[in-house]
Amino acid sequence: MESLPIVIQILSLIGALGFMYFITRLIVMGKLREEYSFIWIACTIILIVFSIWRKGLEQISLALGVFYPPSLIFLAAIFAIIIFLVHLSVVNSKMQQSVKELTHEIAFLRKELAELRQNEPPVSVDMPLVTEP
Amino acid sequence: MNAVDFRVLAVVPCFNEQAAIATVVDEINRVKRRHGLNLDVLVVNDQSTDDSLAIIQTLECLYLNLPVNLGIGGAMHAGYKYAFRQGYDIAVQIDGDGQHPAGELLKILEPIFADKADVVIGSRFLERTGFQSTYVRRLGIRYFRWLNQLLIGTSIHDSTSGFRAFNRRTICITNSYYPDEYPEPESIVQFGLHKLRILEVPVVMRERQGGTSSITMVKSIYYMFKVTMATLFVYIRLQNKQRTHGIITDCHSDT
Repeated sequence: MESLPIVIQILSLIGALGFMYFITRLIVMGKLREEYSFIWIACTIILIVFSIWRKGLEQISLALGVFYPPSLIFLAAIFAIIIFLVHLSVVNSKMQQSVKELTHEIAFLRKELAELRQNEPPVSVDMPLVTEP
Repeated sequence: MNAVDFRVLAVVPCFNEQAAIATVVDEINRVKRRHGLNLDVLVVNDQSTDDSLAIIQTLECLYLNLPVNLGIGGAMHAGYKYAFRQGYDIAVQIDGDGQHPAGELLKILEPIFADKADVVIGSRFLERTGFQSTYVRRLGIRYFRWLNQLLIGTSIHDSTSGFRAFNRRTICITNSYYPDEYPEPESIVQFGLHKLRILEVPVVMRERQGGTSSITMVKSIYYMFKVTMATLFVYIRLQNKQRTHGIITDCHSDT
């Protein structure tokens, strides 16, 4: 009975470190922007803390009056996930707004370019042509 | 001022309207010549996947070619931005599907020529003639009328009508903000809160001449919900802004 928590502790430690490595890789490769990585790094640190400090979860649960410690994990995890999803929605809305504005500007530029082309015949034959689809 | 002194831009949003777009543009041009209007037609091609773009390029009109599909709101917003930047005095929306008859164009322009209104909406329901839309849609329109009455105290009979004319002041406001999706009812609240004079004139509309409506039965529940939310939020947002800044008269501030 005593050996089981140790095995799980090691497993979760390996898992948490692996996750940390994965996040760092993503940042290094430029696939994840730093501002989004903070929350993931914070998550891994929490995971690592609790995989080392075994009694911690129980102690916190007791202090908060939660009788079944794992339910505290679910509560915290679901809360964190919801907050992060809201954050992503905000980012997405902002992005949509930017895409709309860029689309407008490109449309105006295309129009201006087409008008310029019409008024002035191309200077040389190998002038790069930006063609409209 | 005479009608000729006003530079008018007719914005025609176009998404897969290859069947109708040529007729729509030709009709507008015919009305323009008949009444001697100083009018340009601007077709906004919203990433049509059919031959619309090729057809538009052969027509007697200006056109914008959006590189990304933005939907009706985004397409109209592009048109209003263009009208604002190019210094047009009046912008009119005429749908590319042929529902809005160009023959009725003068009816929605005249109140603006005479400075009787800032926004003129061509309404199907003031006189019950012409295409009256489906029962469900009319029910929805009644609901929006009630919502508008509640929020801005003006009763608009046909708040989903896109057949509208804006004067320069309204163009300024739409230049900085115009709703993305299903913009018609939401923009009425926006205009009402800017204390614009909204006028409805009776027009006769036709059934669409081609293409399919952007609003199907399945989408209509979502439509009602989305528009209600958007309307309420634009109301709260503008109310807050006006409480702190007063009614915005310069048109460069957003929303």
